[in-house]
Amino acid sequence: MEAFASLADGLVVAIQPANLLFALIGVLLGTAVGVLPGIGPALTVALLLPITFKLDPAGSIIMFAGIYYGGMYGGSTTAILINTPGESASMATALEGNLMAKAGRGGPALATAAIGSFVAGTIATLGLTLLAPYLVDIAVSFGPEDYFALMVVAFVTVSATFGDSPVRGLTSLFIGLMLGLVGIDLLSGQSRLSFGVPELYDNIEVTTLAVGLFAVGEALYVASRRHIQEEKLEAVRGSLWMTKEDWKRSWKPWLRGTMFGFPIGALPAGGAEIPTFLSYATERRLTKYPEDFGKGAIEGVAGPEAANNASAAGTLVPLLTLGLPTSATAAMMLAGFQQYGLNPGPLLFAEQPNLVWGLIASLFIANAMLLVLNLPLVGLWVRLLMIPQPWLYAGILVFATMGTIAANPSPVELIMLTVFGVLGFLMRRFDFPIAPVVVGLILGPIAESQLRRALSISLGDPMTLLQSPISATLLAIALIALILPFFLKGLGRFKAVED
Amino acid sequence: MATSPQRRVDVAGLVIALILLILAGVVWWDMSKLQILSPYDLGPKVMPIVVSGGLVLLAIGNAIGALRGDLPARDTLDWKPIILILGALVCLIVLIRFGGGFMIGTALLFAATSTAFGRRAFITDFIIGAVIALIVYVLFAKLLTLSLPAGPLERLF
Repeated sequence: MEAFASLADGLVVAIQPANLLFALIGVLLGTAVGVLPGIGPALTVALLLPITFKLDPAGSIIMFAGIYYGGMYGGSTTAILINTPGESASMATALEGNLMAKAGRGGPALATAAIGSFVAGTIATLGLTLLAPYLVDIAVSFGPEDYFALMVVAFVTVSATFGDSPVRGLTSLFIGLMLGLVGIDLLSGQSRLSFGVPELYDNIEVTTLAVGLFAVGEALYVASRRHIQEEKLEAVRGSLWMTKEDWKRSWKPWLRGTMFGFPIGALPAGGAEIPTFLSYATERRLTKYPEDFGKGAIEGVAGPEAANNASAAGTLVPLLTLGLPTSATAAMMLAGFQQYGLNPGPLLFAEQPNLVWGLIASLFIANAMLLVLNLPLVGLWVRLLMIPQPWLYAGILVFATMGTIAANPSPVELIMLTVFGVLGFLMRRFDFPIAPVVVGLILGPIAESQLRRALSISLGDPMTLLQSPISATLLAIALIALILPFFLKGLGRFKAVED
Repeated sequence: MATSPQRRVDVAGLVIALILLILAGVVWWDMSKLQILSPYDLGPKVMPIVVSGGLVLLAIGNAIGALRGDLPARDTLDWKPIILILGALVCLIVLIRFGGGFMIGTALLFAATSTAFGRRAFITDFIIGAVIALIVYVLFAKLLTLSLPAGPLERLF
């Protein structure tokens, strides 16, 4: 197996002490931000982008992946112990997990989440290892028109197909696309939407947008409705160890959760919410203990937790092989690659095999680290939840502003950060999804350049998009994915399964 | 999602639609000033045209949603913390713009945010914020060799 030989080479890279250290920092940070409500892995990577661009690319990217995986682990802790999931990927976990904690079974809930995450993460990373070379082989034959069509698919699925409302999702996407226009057009050298402001000539920084939307927007939103919600932290009661019964009830949901998480994560369908809720619904249907659901059923924690970790690995498949981010965190990781001048895709596998396979190998290591960090040390992570909310958000804003001015020491950058913060607040208030904005900003310019390349090859004939069978198929898929939600008003209801 | 039983026109939704329409106009106006240089490259105009057109359609979509009143329900809003945080951000921007360095502004931002989240210890929080700013400054400037805007305070280190 060629893949395993490459993986072995990657392992040599991954076990270099410096890279092990980066992986450890990544999983520690990831778990911490996963535990803390209000900050997610996407924001953390965004905050770290400006301060890592002078570090070693391999190490930084290994760290970013560790943050992604760690965030999935840490999110479960918060979801179980205080019914406010740290990440949207943990919403399904919170349903049964918090009930288990209230019933004094928080220990086994955390354990099944951590072990399930480990099992799913390992299987899914193995899936990534095996699948990536095949996808790379396919992707090599892609022309610019095919890439453009692929990005159209990603745009539609991320924004319209699975959200609450296709109109609101697409609105978010187009705001992102519009922001992507700002700056000097590389092909013609003309500036667009810059209004003579020099800071706008070199494009809107992805970091500034992401930090504004996620950090400032979230802080404003939470502050504005502080008078509404009350959070209650459940103490970890009961043994951390799972009984034989718990194991028996957990292993099948782990595997089923993985089966949902990995493929859906790998498709450009965006995010971990869908597989987690599918897994939750499935476990609820298949369980031998239906009476437990609604009172804290371990299956309802094991399945979704496995699903969200598997989907994180799945998301890396299109990201690494095609350069296609399908979640906010993946979009930030793509920005991480780009800041080193690296472009994920088939070429990266050919030109930088050590970096790519080192990253994949380090995911296995990160997963093992996370199991150790989360099971025995869960008590430590829970303490993070005791940081008073005012200081937590004040700290987030301080880091957000400092990271922004460190990247670009100009008041204009801070003004943009503030404006994006207000935008993020308004979008949360009116229930517009955030991730499509970020994906639009990052992918928009790439899609544009692929389109223009395709059209200049075909001497301006737009039919080239339909003459390539790959591109025609992908555009058809995109069209179906765009129209479907208007007719089937049920697609977005995965989220509402529990209501 | 539950739609509210009595469907009323959502004014905020209409404002959103109007903003989208204005944005579409700005993108179009900006596009009209571009020049097409190559006969084969569709040029820099294509994407703005697509975005502008999309925004118009979405403005219509949002307006329909607002007229039918099927926007998600919203909670009441507390404006004070928002103004406090935004005010602190503006102070920070002004301080950096006029060479005051980021440290005072950061400490102010920390204290103001903390107040916005319900703490009543402005002076203590201001000092905590200043200490954090100092630590981060040393970390960023000395360890990661990044430059942060310096004012009179920062030059002491």
